[in-house]
This record gives sequence, C-alpha cells and structure tokens, in this order.
Amino acid sequence: MAEEQDLSTATDEVIHETVLAWLKDNWRTDRPLAEWRNILVDGGWAAPDWPTECYGRGFSLAQAQVVQRAFREVGAVGAALGGPGNLAAHTILAHGNEAQKRRYLRPILTGEHAWCQLFSEPGSGSDLAGLTTRAKRDGDNYIINGQKVWNTSAHHADFGILIARTDWDAPKHQGISYFLINMRQPGVEVRPLRQMNGHASFNEVFLTDALVPVTDRLGNEGDGWRIASSTLSAERQAFSRDRGIGTLREREGTIYAEYAAEQAIAQEPYTWYPQRAGRVDLALPRAMATGAIRDPVVRQELARLLCLAHAAEYAAASAAATRRAGSNTIVPAGSIAKLTASLIARQASHVHTLVSGPEAMLGGSDGPMDGVIAEILLSVPAISIAGGTDEIQKNIISERVLGLPKEPRFDTGPFRDIPRNAS
Amino acid sequence: MDMGFTADQHQFRETVARFLQDKSPPTTVRKLMATEAGYDTAVWRQLTGELGLAGTHLPEDYGGFGFGPVELGIICEEMGRHLYCGPHFASAVMAGYAVLLGATEANRTQLLPDIASGGTIATLVLDNVGDATRVGESITARDDARLTGQARIVLDAHVANLLIVAAATAEGLALFTVAPDAPGVAITPLQGIDSTRKLNTVVFDDTPADRISRTPLDIADLWDHLSVALAHEMMGGAQRLFDTTLDYLKMRVQFGRTIGSFQALKHRCADLLTELELAKAATYAAARYLTTGDGERYSPHMAKAMAGDAYMAMARQAIQLRGGIGFTWEEDTHLWFKRAKSSEVFLGTPDWHRERIMQQLEATHG
Repeated sequence: MAEEQDLSTATDEVIHETVLAWLKDNWRTDRPLAEWRNILVDGGWAAPDWPTECYGRGFSLAQAQVVQRAFREVGAVGAALGGPGNLAAHTILAHGNEAQKRRYLRPILTGEHAWCQLFSEPGSGSDLAGLTTRAKRDGDNYIINGQKVWNTSAHHADFGILIARTDWDAPKHQGISYFLINMRQPGVEVRPLRQMNGHASFNEVFLTDALVPVTDRLGNEGDGWRIASSTLSAERQAFSRDRGIGTLREREGTIYAEYAAEQAIAQEPYTWYPQRAGRVDLALPRAMATGAIRDPVVRQELARLLCLAHAAEYAAASAAATRRAGSNTIVPAGSIAKLTASLIARQASHVHTLVSGPEAMLGGSDGPMDGVIAEILLSVPAISIAGGTDEIQKNIISERVLGLPKEPRFDTGPFRDIPRNAS
Repeated sequence: MDMGFTADQHQFRETVARFLQDKSPPTTVRKLMATEAGYDTAVWRQLTGELGLAGTHLPEDYGGFGFGPVELGIICEEMGRHLYCGPHFASAVMAGYAVLLGATEANRTQLLPDIASGGTIATLVLDNVGDATRVGESITARDDARLTGQARIVLDAHVANLLIVAAATAEGLALFTVAPDAPGVAITPLQGIDSTRKLNTVVFDDTPADRISRTPLDIADLWDHLSVALAHEMMGGAQRLFDTTLDYLKMRVQFGRTIGSFQALKHRCADLLTELELAKAATYAAARYLTTGDGERYSPHMAKAMAGDAYMAMARQAIQLRGGIGFTWEEDTHLWFKRAKSSEVFLGTPDWHRERIMQQLEATHG
C-alpha cells in the first residue's frame, strides 16, 4: 500500500490525475506481466474498490471506474480480475480469515494463480443445495470425493472454490461447507465437457480422495450454503462489470504479448456467447441480402423479433430509472430480463432459420456465413439453461414478485433421508 | 432515454385512478353499456370540467393544459383499467389530435378550446379504422365543400355534436368539419362485440362541409398518436386483468390447495407478466418518442402491435385461469376480454403494425 493520503473521499478529477501521475512513473511496456502486476498491487491500484487492509483503497465502484478509465487512456494492463478468480477473491474478502486473505488474494490480482468454480454436480443442477460431493474430516485434512460439472477454465486452474457436504444428518442447506482446493494434486481429474455445438467451454471435475487442509475451509462447517450464496451474488454482479480492455491485445510491447496470451485462454470459453444470444444484429441485414425479406412470413417474424429486442432495451432503461428513483426492483427485473433474453434468442433463431431456408441444414465452412448461422441455431438452447433455467426464473418471478404460494416441498428433514438421483 | 415517471406524473395518475375507481366500477360499466348513449353526462362534465382530462394533452394556447402523450397515456391507461364508458377517446384523443396535428392555426384556435373543455363532443370520422394507408378510399370531397361516402365504423358518433372527417380531395387527404344534423348525414348505431365502446356507421350524401386543413393530412403521424394512446388504454386493461386473475389464483382452492401454488399456473403467470412488461415498456417508449423524438421512428407501431398481442393473451388467460366462472356473463372478465378483442383490430391489427415496421425499415436501410 502506497504512503499516500486517503483518496476515497477525493473528487473524480483528483483520483484521475493521481492515477495518471502514478502510471507515468511506473507503467512500462517492456516489463514481464507478473512483475508489473506486483508493482500494481504494491501501488494500491490493482483493486481500488477493495478494503485498504487488502490491497485496496476502499473506493466506491464509481471511483474504481475512474481508475479504470485512466488505465484505458494510458493503455495500461490492470489486475487479473476476470472470471472465477474474481469470484474467489470476493468470497475470500467477505468470509476468509487473515491467513487465507494473505495467502490467496495477491496471486489472484497478479494472475499468478488461476481459479475455477466447483459448485454444480451431475445430480444437482437447479437444486444446487442437493449436492452430494462428500468432505470427510481426517485429522488436519478433509478428504473429498464426488463429481463436479460445468467448471469453466478448470483445466487451467491452480485452485478451485468448492462446496461439499460435511453433515448428512442436517437439513440439506445446513450440511454444506465451503473449501479452497488445490487443483494440482493427484485426486483431482479434469476432463473437458463437449457441448452440442461442438465447443468445450466447460469441464467435468472428478474428485477422488482429494485433500483439502482444514485451514483452507472458508468459514465454519455448515456455513457453505450461505457463503456460496455470496459467491453467486458476486457472479450476478460480475456481468455488469466492465471487462473492457480487450483492445489492448493488439498493441505492441512484450507485456501486451503476455497479456494477449492470458486473455486468449481466459476468453476462449466465451467465443460462442454472442451466437447463444441469437445475433439479432444479423437478422435484418441477412433478410435483405438474401431477399427473404420479400416473404410476408419472414417480415412478420422479423418484426416480432425487433419488437422484442427493442422492448427489452426499453424495459432495462425503465428498470434503471426505477432504481435511480430509489425503489429496489433488481431481483424481479433481473429474472424478467433473463426470460426476455431467452425469448429474443429463440425468436432470432427462428428468423435465422426462415431466412436461411434449406441452407440452415449446413454448418462449418459450408454453412451460411461460414458457419455462424449454424452456431446460432445450435447454441441458443443454452441461453434458457445457463445461469438459472427459465423454469427457475419463473419460480422466482411467481413467488417473489407475484406472491404466489410455494409448491409443497419434499426435501426437508435430514439430508440422508431425502429422495435423490440414483448414482 | 429517461423512461421513469416523475413524482408529478405519479400523483396525476393517482388522481385520475381515484376518480375512475369511484365513478366507473364494474356495476356502473354494466349499467352504462346497456344504455343507448353509453355514458353518464354528469361524470363527463366532472371529468372534463374539474379534472380537465379532455384537454390535458392539448396546448395551453388552445385551452388545454399543455402536457403531452405521456400524460395522455396515463389517462388512457387508467380509463382502460376501469373500462371508462364515455366519449373521451373519440373526442379528446381522436378528434382533438386530428385538429391539433392537421388543422390550420385559425381552425385550431376555433375548435380546440371546446374540445378541451368537454363542451363539444367531437369524433373523428375515418373511412378505414384498420389500415391508415387506405383512409380516403370511400369518402371524397367535391369542390372542397360537399362530402360523399361511408365510414363503416366510427366511435361515439351517436352522441357527437361535431364530426371531424378525413376525406379525399384533389390534393390528397384533408380534414373537414360536419354538423351531425347537416343534410345528407346518416348516423346508424352498430352492434359492437364490446358494448362499452359505442360504434356507428356514418354516411354522407353530398353533405355540406368546411375544410379545416390546408396541406395534405399527415395520416401516418395522426395514426401514430392515436395508436399510442390506444396502446396505453390497452395496457391499463391488461394490467387490471392480470391483477384480478392473480387475486383469484391466490383465493381459489382445488385439490386441497390454492390453485396459485400449482407450478403450471405460476409459470403461466410469469410468462404473462413478462409479455405485459415488454408491451408496457414499448408503449411508454412510444409516448416518449412522440414527445421528444428520441427512439425508434416505428416505436408507435411496436407499441400497438405488442399491446394488441399482450392484451389478448392476457384476456384469454384471464378466462382460462378462472375456469367455467370466467365464461359467465355474471363474472366481469368478459367485459375486458371484449375490449381487448375490439382494441386488437381497432387502428390496425398487430400484423398490420408489424408490416408497417418492415416498410419503414426497408425505407431506411434500402
């Protein structure tokens, strides 16, 4: 931490000037990336919105964005705060003890440790709290056995945030504990999980007598669900965080080459995400280019798509206005927005099909737009599943927004007595 | 674009809502829809006099309050919610906007104050209420002074004391005023499926008329304004159906549980809410487009298309989710179902509006 005055009460202009001055003294494009990021951490500019005792400055998110803007202006590379490492850091900041913060936070910021998330299981998807990966205490260690799935970047990860069951006699939400697990050990096997669209953005992780020292349990035994909820909430907020400095990849300088290699690995799982959302931007130009726009059915379906897409923008603007006015509508607005994204993607997929006609049978280099259309058609089914299925969103809307009663439950009482999937 | 309502607008909505809650409960709606006139003159005087709701959207220079499509939208939304029976849409919205947007300055000055005050009940006579591009195919003006032709469907002509008529002239569409009792005018009441909305056929046979617009009438612009006001009315009605249906699902018990606890019905409600919220967002955005010019040129068409689909989807489910009782005359749901069906096609079906969107996009991107 630098020996400067407390800037958390300074104006945006002062913060901006201070950052620019510091970058002028410290930013070099010929440094190795890890060396630069250590300087960044020591200078207090890696994560200014973190607390002062953990490498930060206690800035608000708005102030942190001022810092980010200065970095962009200079073309300086920031801390390694994308993806699962960011979630791990937020959770450790909120629930870790001093030793855990000292050990894990700095290498996350510098990018020296890559992380992954080990939450979902083949037997517990929407019902995450029904997980059956077992953590059994054995002296100073926990022995972990079970299987995890949908683990983005697990094949590159050094550590994982893991939830596993420590108590089978407690009700399901109360028998779970939260661990930081070293992925580089014999009991951890990572296998890529190939998706129906041909990509393999996720992994399966098999845990067979894997070890976690007791000192790497986050919080108390049985606190895992509560802590996991804060991870998931950080995950939802991460969507709105500026990922922003992708253009740096094209710049000259050794540090940019290293950064580009890091980003290529980090971004690889997400190349098909625009196609998953339906590529509304392609619908009208393709309809005009192919002449399909002369078809009255295509016209109707295309107009429906554009109506949905515009209305979703207006609804988002309206939700933002309501939030500014002080009313908290984030949860319902988020669930409605997610359902809407599914509607839009499905309608876009429908329009692309109509516009392409029989050419929609073809993919890869033989398919329309060099395979982009095929990738849309085969990726859209993911949007109504990832991040909470449409059905879960509808439960949330109907219960929390509309106040309709919950369905009767069959999963109360000791976890070992609850019906679950055959393994 | 700022999509929020101001505190003043919220307060205005509450004032209008309270008045209509008091003056337009379903019992009153049922009473009025069975009468020939279809509205209560005392309530109309209060609504236009004390509350000034016929002039809210008209400029102060013409006796109005100088607000715009957003505030008019609030009025229409509340009227749709409470199924207000009266000539507000015909006179203030249709005739008022026609004169405001189409008439010469002198005619605006002469005509609008009485429309704004509610002293005059006017209506707009269009010979096509489903397709803006075909207005003027039937009613034609000879020598700018004599009208001949038929308008099949006209709102509230039976109670109007002023007819604003769109008719074809040699230079294109123009607006005329006609006195309902002028020679050659025949006004014949029609049986509407929605008895809360009184419809008539109006026929002119060499009827004397005064031209009030100079340039060819911009029917597309007028139609945009009417569509957006109607979309608001529809959203108020759809929201009312949604709210009462939700109440019913929380109250009705079958198989030993409130039926609102069944996931099949909960998910349907979530779908309806999503469709409703999107249609409302499009409707509010269209009002803002008409006010400021911000947003998509075709947003009025999006609003009416989405409102039409959402209101009908809601109306169908409002009956389905009630089961048998929803199909009875005694239960109120059918009153809104009929308004939804009538509004779906009035001023253009959703398909018609979507086709207009495509034509505008082609004109922009072609």
